[in-house]
Amino acid sequence: MEKFASLTAVALPLMRENIDTDAIIPSREMKSVSKRGLAEGLFAGWRYTEVGGRELNPTFVLNDAAFEGAKILLGGGNFGCGSSREHAAWALAEYGFRAIIAPSFNPIFRGNCVRNGIVPVEMPADEVRHIAEEVASDPQRCRVTVDLVGCVVTSPQGNQYSFVIEEEARHMLREGLDAIGLTLARAPEIDAFRVRDKALRPWIYAQGDKQ
Amino acid sequence: MGRTLFDKLWQEHLVADLGNGTGLLLIDRVLLHERTGGVALNSLAESGHGIVAPAQVFATMDHVVDTFPGRDDRTTMPTGTAFIQATRNAALAAGITLFDLGDLRQGIVHVISPEQALVLPGATLVCPDSHTCSQGALGALAWGIGSTEAEHALATATLRVKRPKTMRITVEGVLREGVTPKDMALHILQRLGSSGAKGHMIEYTGAAVAALDVEERLTLCNMATEMSAFSAIIAADDTVFAYLKGRPYAPEDALWDDAVKYWRTLRSDDDAQFDAEYSFDADQVRPMVTWGVSPQQATALGARVPAFEEVAGRDSREAYDRALAYMDLSAGDGLDLPIDAAFIGSCTNSRLSDLRRAAAILNGRKVAPGVKAIVVPGSSSVKRQAEAEGLDRIFIEAGFEWREAGCSMCFFAGGESFGPRQRVITSTNRNFESRQGPETRSHLASPETVAASAIAGHIVDPSMLGC
Repeated sequence: MEKFASLTAVALPLMRENIDTDAIIPSREMKSVSKRGLAEGLFAGWRYTEVGGRELNPTFVLNDAAFEGAKILLGGGNFGCGSSREHAAWALAEYGFRAIIAPSFNPIFRGNCVRNGIVPVEMPADEVRHIAEEVASDPQRCRVTVDLVGCVVTSPQGNQYSFVIEEEARHMLREGLDAIGLTLARAPEIDAFRVRDKALRPWIYAQGDKQ
Repeated sequence: MGRTLFDKLWQEHLVADLGNGTGLLLIDRVLLHERTGGVALNSLAESGHGIVAPAQVFATMDHVVDTFPGRDDRTTMPTGTAFIQATRNAALAAGITLFDLGDLRQGIVHVISPEQALVLPGATLVCPDSHTCSQGALGALAWGIGSTEAEHALATATLRVKRPKTMRITVEGVLREGVTPKDMALHILQRLGSSGAKGHMIEYTGAAVAALDVEERLTLCNMATEMSAFSAIIAADDTVFAYLKGRPYAPEDALWDDAVKYWRTLRSDDDAQFDAEYSFDADQVRPMVTWGVSPQQATALGARVPAFEEVAGRDSREAYDRALAYMDLSAGDGLDLPIDAAFIGSCTNSRLSDLRRAAAILNGRKVAPGVKAIVVPGSSSVKRQAEAEGLDRIFIEAGFEWREAGCSMCFFAGGESFGPRQRVITSTNRNFESRQGPETRSHLASPETVAASAIAGHIVDPSMLGC
């Protein structure tokens, strides 16, 4: 996973509330048993004129040339609610998004972002709106900076907003770490815990289908 | 200071404190389904990691399988067969237990897990599915995760978890006649909002919760994810123990006695402190229906679509207007709306008791002309039991399609759909835009309300039919 320190990029506003993971990637766009090949299905329901089609809907912001190359998404509250499908994070990452700034995130979606190198930045709705307003005049020039070192977002006009992200997530994102590798370093500790636990709660382990 | 039930379960599963509020938690059960399970298992195999405890991992087919009678691996969902077969092959290769098509144990993961006693009180259970919170109904710490986290749980028997805050929701009193746990869930959701439990582990308690049977508790806990909760839990009691005893994966004999003795200790101490507290009076709950495109956009049956000012605390103007435009409604409209379709099913309301209550309303009645009505049992076992009781005949004679078990049209996976601008009364959990098909308009309600509305041809309170 690519390390994240600081990113200055075009920011694309999609500030509807309760954008669910089926809107981010409709189930019908999850066509193969794979984590890849999903960017084309990103926001498919809004992005294309017909279900399953590929004719671009010119009114949808993702198709607006002004936001070409966007790597930061400005979202509404409860972003990523609904289905736990990680395909939503995979599609966003494959499309090129590296950070999402929103008033709140669904917890499962948020975790999926962290595990796929996308920084979830939680900021009050009015601050997200201020940033979107500053971006609007000329998105290609009015770029936004997400700094994960100092946990600060800098708006195009230089306004700075600090944000909070738990240290575990920040560390994983900054170092581009694979959580499995990190945890497997503790395998002996886990094994010992399981041995002790098995004595305390044997019914968790003594399984067998009696049918 | 006393500890909450969650505090106890956290502590007992804490392999290591990773600092900064994050813990490495032991995971007792990993459940998978074909929509996300195959990807996780394949990715794990590619990365060369093994599964630490394959005997504690179970998979089923529910999300993209067809529910038409006589189904096989073929499905109306384009490329769906690949997901079914990839999951089957990966499960076989990994040595985990699969409840496949044709197996009576197959069904919606949150229906079969309690049925088979895969979920047990005090256990940690994860599944790459947002409605895993349902299973907290049995006193388990059960929550939904992503695929990468599922791989982590398989490869290490643990997860790295940011500790959530705690919230107690107490529901005292008695539910009125004709008011269901689904109505209770929508009532609470409507008050707290779709982000109302963000970052919190909910414990449901109070007389009205204790009075619910296990299937009803599953319905209540199911909707916690719609409030952005980490999960929900109800302390296990005699109702849960009686439900679990003798089920296929439940402990037996002396082990059962030991387990129950331990499970009885798993409750919040009287002086436990929660980060947030809410109280509700069950007597205030009315049969509910949603009017918008978020489950929080709900109101009592018989009420009208609220004016913006009534919901301004939860919805922005934009979200409110957008919801009404999508649903083709205006402020002040009555909710006795004509419907095009009725759906009973999903991990929220597809268990035997749900089907019994809906069938009791449908018995001797007919679905209104022009209404497409479908009922999908939550598991093959529920289907078998319902057929043994003759419920299938009641549904079919009333004009419902009687299906095989699965998630079916709770969501649109590219196969079956209710169609654009069709208005559906549905016992499911999400009324999001296009959830049940492109441009389909979904109104969430209890199975009883769905059954009554199917007969009336418009959304109606079952009591209005004399039910």
